[in-house]
Amino acid sequence: MIAEAGLGALWLAAALSLLQLVLGTAALRPGGGADPNPLLRAVRPVAVAQGVLAALSFLALIWLFLRTDLSVALVAANSHSAKPWLYKFAGAWGNHEGSMLLWVTVLAVAGGAVALFERRLRQDTLIATLAAQAAIALGFYAFLLVASNPFTRLSPVPVEGNGLNPLLQDPGLSFHPPTLYFGYVGISVAFSFAVGALITRDVGPAFARAMRPWVLAAWIFLTLGITAGSYWAYYELGWGGWWFWDPVENASLMPWLAATALLHSVTVLATRAGLRAWTIMLAVVAFSMSMIGTFLVRSGILTSVHAFAVDPLRGAFILVLLALYIGGALTLFGLRVHTVKEGSTFEIVSREAALVINNLLLSVILGLVFIGTLYPLVTQAMGEEISVGPPYFNRVAGPIALALVAVMGAGPLLRWRRDDWRELVRRYAAPVLISAAALLLLVLFAPGIGILPLLGLTIAPAIAAASVAPLWRRNLRRTPFFVWGMVIAHLGIAVSLAGMASESAFTKETLIAASPGQTTHVGPFSVRFDSVNPIAGPNWTAIEARLTVRRGDGAAFALAPQARMFSSPPTPTSEAAIRTVWDGQLYVAIGEEDEQGRWQLRLWWKPLVTLIWVGGAMIAFGGLLALLGRVRRARRGQPQEVLT
Amino acid sequence: MKRIVLWVPLFAFAVFLAVVASGLYAPADRNIESQLIGQPVPEFDLPPALTGRPGLSSAALRGGDPHLINIFASWCLPCRVEAPQLAELSRRGIPVDGIAVRDRAEDLSGFLASYGDPFRSIGADNDRRVQLTLGSAGVPETFVVDGRGVIRHQHIGAITPQDMVAIIAAYEAAR
Repeated sequence: MIAEAGLGALWLAAALSLLQLVLGTAALRPGGGADPNPLLRAVRPVAVAQGVLAALSFLALIWLFLRTDLSVALVAANSHSAKPWLYKFAGAWGNHEGSMLLWVTVLAVAGGAVALFERRLRQDTLIATLAAQAAIALGFYAFLLVASNPFTRLSPVPVEGNGLNPLLQDPGLSFHPPTLYFGYVGISVAFSFAVGALITRDVGPAFARAMRPWVLAAWIFLTLGITAGSYWAYYELGWGGWWFWDPVENASLMPWLAATALLHSVTVLATRAGLRAWTIMLAVVAFSMSMIGTFLVRSGILTSVHAFAVDPLRGAFILVLLALYIGGALTLFGLRVHTVKEGSTFEIVSREAALVINNLLLSVILGLVFIGTLYPLVTQAMGEEISVGPPYFNRVAGPIALALVAVMGAGPLLRWRRDDWRELVRRYAAPVLISAAALLLLVLFAPGIGILPLLGLTIAPAIAAASVAPLWRRNLRRTPFFVWGMVIAHLGIAVSLAGMASESAFTKETLIAASPGQTTHVGPFSVRFDSVNPIAGPNWTAIEARLTVRRGDGAAFALAPQARMFSSPPTPTSEAAIRTVWDGQLYVAIGEEDEQGRWQLRLWWKPLVTLIWVGGAMIAFGGLLALLGRVRRARRGQPQEVLT
Repeated sequence: MKRIVLWVPLFAFAVFLAVVASGLYAPADRNIESQLIGQPVPEFDLPPALTGRPGLSSAALRGGDPHLINIFASWCLPCRVEAPQLAELSRRGIPVDGIAVRDRAEDLSGFLASYGDPFRSIGADNDRRVQLTLGSAGVPETFVVDGRGVIRHQHIGAITPQDMVAIIAAYEAAR
């Protein structure tokens, strides 16, 4: 019954999205727009109802998973009655169909939220926006109902389910995918705003101010989702790495890069009425990257190791949707964007110019990541098989990212429209001195680290100083939230950069085959391998190593890495043991036993690695403050822009 | 001029679509053939996987007659699918030697009892070392080795009834 109710809600939501599209189009028809109010009054509740129905459908799926209703094919294929309830719950989206339902739900809920809360956008633009959102939703409802129905029943009902991929059986699964999707799919709102504004020729500062909070909200979730995903992969995969440049990661990074550029260009549009066409382009690109990412991941076209993993029907379906939506939006862009008025001009040394450089560099990184991710496909079309790995990405994206961070330090110190470069030099003197000092210290005390980490560690402290500079001589209690937000987000970038550079410059690794009783060393730690014990969990058994660790003469503490074997499906995983101290993390994983009864132990000492994710959290928190600041200011009806 | 620039994104996207669409229908996975085809079988000597039946060594393959080497395992589902075809090959007088990968004697005898037993000898390859030396990446795989111990043909995956002609032809060619 629940499955049928969920499926019914999904069909109804699809029908409402069609209605929303038709009503919206009718309202925008030439002549029909004379009095859009009756239609507008209809479009808004329809959008809200569509969001509610999609959410109900998703809740039905969660319920089925919580009850382990094995008569539903998806539950039987991906769940198991012996699983802890948290993974039953999160298992609802730990598979293709469930994650696509979550995807569509976020799309519908985001559209509903726009219908409920957006009050500043011109009415006809709002209708066009909601119609565009409905058009996107309609295609993905069709995809779910035709090619990925999550509610299909199974007959006969199996006695037990197949279980969830053990790598996913982690609390991270309950947090990371929904957060990421809220950002990933939430950015669809920016796409729809752009399409709406192109249709009604309403690209201007007021439009930008209305769009900005939605971009910010999606960007916050995206930032959090990527940060959480990075940490999850770091401790769950047991390789000690925090970013792997694999296609799935790139699929989430590319929308983030585009959204970050958009966040900055929309500010130029809102404040100085500049970068109009560019902002529209970025809004289209950001969500296009989300859809392309979904396609790359869901069609299996890039990650396939075996042909059977590729599902051409699903891939082709999403590809058609891509062609319709992205192709449609870009066609509209080509037809309409020249009617958009040119914005006001600015000098080479100005806040606008710094933001333009920011946008260019972000776009270049985006392009390089995009090319690197797709390059295997291109060469494959030419009959050659290659894979593109971290060395490419680090080498090409690393230096540009560093340049970007350096510009980021300068941007907030510049005035809008025009500034004096001598003033800039004066304001930038302190950060440059800090950089020089950091470089000197590094060369003296840590010789022989790679060029990129060295540059990273050199500029990170300077950028941190430059980031807080906008607060200089301000009355801190009267400083608006969005200035605080910018400061904290930029500081977060510096913190994260310091973590990345430190991790790659100073990590110490020890890989040994050890017998119980043996002592080894990694970085400042001495590690005694006490014993190996078998232990059992709810749906797994494991070999657990007991280690006693001591830092110098400090107090001893215990670490217990495990090599787990999950029972359903039978899969080995490595559960690393991690000890976080104030200046880094000790990361220990246990491998296999060799013939002499020795165990592989991998130990890493990663100084300041935690800063990577602390920085990520700060960036997201800065975004949140900025969002609160913008919304508060809009509520009070204060003028939006103070040229800070 | 400026009008043209505005269409560049659409054009770039069209190129992307074309590349991806071609990729979608030409999956990247091709079978990776062993580099040893046309080469002598590398030296190995596997202990018997079952008591009462000989193991398999490279020396035994140089006995003057061609053989099939079937790499299989009791835990491997496609191996059950190909079992009738192997039985048929054996019935036609083609000698089939087995290499059991990461297997246990009791599972193995159960497997042979259920799905038929075409094997003259079965070597136990418990750490997959011999399988990898032969250039085989998975189970099941079947090699045709001629009388001088040279690998003549490799079949990757389960032998289906449609594959029989090719296998028998390769065997005949190796005589």
